[in-house]
Amino acid sequence: MAADTALLADPRIASAIELVWHEADLLDRKEYQEWDRLWAPGGRYVIPIDPQTKDFAATLNMVYDDDRMRRMRIERLTSGYSISAVAAARTVRTLSRFVVRHRDDAVVELGSAQVLVGHRREETFVLGADVTHRIRLDGAGPLIEEKVIRLINSDGAVNASGFLL
Amino acid sequence: MNAPTPTGPTGTDIATLVQDDRVDVSLYTDPHLFELEMDRIFNRTWVWVAHESEVPNAGDFKTAMVGRQPVIVTRDRRGGINVLLNRCRHRGASVCEAPRGHANGFTCPYHAWSYALDGKLRGIPYPDGYGDDLEKKDFPLHRLKVDSYAGMVFASFDHEVQPLADFLGPARHWMDLFMKQGAGYPIKVQGEHTFRFKGNWKIQLENTTDGYHFPIVHRSWMSSVDAETAEMLSFMTDEKAVTHALGNGHSVMVMVPEHVDLDQDDGTEQLQERFGHIVEELSREFAPEKVRRIVRSLHGAGFNLNLFPNVAMSMSFFRVLRPVSVTETEIRHMALGLDGGPEIVNRERLRIHEHFQGPFGFGSPDDSEAWDRVQRGATAGPGLPIMVNRGLPRERHEGDGRVSHATDETGMREAYAMWKAMMTDGR
Repeated sequence: MAADTALLADPRIASAIELVWHEADLLDRKEYQEWDRLWAPGGRYVIPIDPQTKDFAATLNMVYDDDRMRRMRIERLTSGYSISAVAAARTVRTLSRFVVRHRDDAVVELGSAQVLVGHRREETFVLGADVTHRIRLDGAGPLIEEKVIRLINSDGAVNASGFLL
Repeated sequence: MNAPTPTGPTGTDIATLVQDDRVDVSLYTDPHLFELEMDRIFNRTWVWVAHESEVPNAGDFKTAMVGRQPVIVTRDRRGGINVLLNRCRHRGASVCEAPRGHANGFTCPYHAWSYALDGKLRGIPYPDGYGDDLEKKDFPLHRLKVDSYAGMVFASFDHEVQPLADFLGPARHWMDLFMKQGAGYPIKVQGEHTFRFKGNWKIQLENTTDGYHFPIVHRSWMSSVDAETAEMLSFMTDEKAVTHALGNGHSVMVMVPEHVDLDQDDGTEQLQERFGHIVEELSREFAPEKVRRIVRSLHGAGFNLNLFPNVAMSMSFFRVLRPVSVTETEIRHMALGLDGGPEIVNRERLRIHEHFQGPFGFGSPDDSEAWDRVQRGATAGPGLPIMVNRGLPRERHEGDGRVSHATDETGMREAYAMWKAMMTDGR
């Protein structure tokens, strides 16, 4: 039986996936200023700790950024003053196993698996995550409205990082 | 005959490793010393395991570590707190793997020996196989000695350990002051960040009352906060920003002198503009004095209190260290809130915590990088000591102990004096 490729034929899904891949490339290259331009106004960037939580505002997260916090984070990572950012791992990440959680003419919500391989000071490490992107399509181009990264070890020890997921 | 000089397994005279102004670098690198620390420090003294708010009701539990030994902290039916070794008395399997939760007791998954919340052995399947020799009362989960102060729960493997109140000594006064950040509400734990760094536990122990590193390591965080917060923490040249050695390895570093006692308010402090929305909401319910009291406490106490060997009460959070190996340490930064307090306040405290703490915070990764670098550097020049001499010429005796500036290494010297005393104690 042939695989169902109807999702990939949907231009809304294709453009959302392209955005996710483009974002991954920018983050691996640490092009954070350009990454910021992928965000819709008011976009929310979240790395929760609690694997189950949906109420991010009421719980402690690793990252819970609005526009202001995200831009301060970018400033921190690019200013040269943060010793952890200067020494950050090189990363290469893959996002695949896409699942369409919602789609209409304005918004596509994509779930995906992210495998990030990093290398820093003689050590190669892996971070796995389940990622959700909520992407707005009704503007000039697709923009990220919400990104939630659920690390598979989010409620365990997560090593300090000088890079972004 | 004189008692022999205490030595480590390698024959080193441990007393010579710690001088007033320096410590031997082997304290970071020698695995034999690490094994002795687990035995002579973590298995003998009071080790922090929980805040009472983490186990508020009968049946609540959390798992923790005392040194390298896993324990369960439980609240029993009588309201008592128990610290139990997480090890079935039959064949040694752990009886609980959840980090926290609620239970009636614990049943070993291997052969179903079951235990009550206070550790008593309740049931053994098919007991006739043991004949008449096995008395259930002889096989409870192993209990540690437990005591608490100001809601902070400590445990010890040594049932003859000195009373907790004596061990904490003058630190108790600062613990009381720290809890005032609740602004009349009890303090509760609101969540925690956990991360590890590749370095010895004492590198982090040093950090909590090391004001010297703050504006250097945390320059990127300082530039990200508003000017009022940065000004609040600009203690480098403030003569009232001091570090006290409190005895038994404990120390306190005052960074915001006007916030040492949050009940004291001379009315001159301007509330931070960024909290305007909170003032507005709270003002609908509370009198102006109460609003001001709560908002002045949002950043926590004006000091970091370091309690030897494993917990710090650091401004608005608990910082807990766990030695994993001689070159690896786990850190927890526990966010605090107001139990029963206004939701908007607790949320703001979460956001403040996220801003600095955790593996993706604006502060913790830079601390972690600095600690990694100390461990990496410590492998070079094995004969070169670690210097903890800053502030020695200006250190003075005052009240409870020695005092110097917040950027001085008084707290580290206090911790290493305790380390030396415990490591060379012939008990």
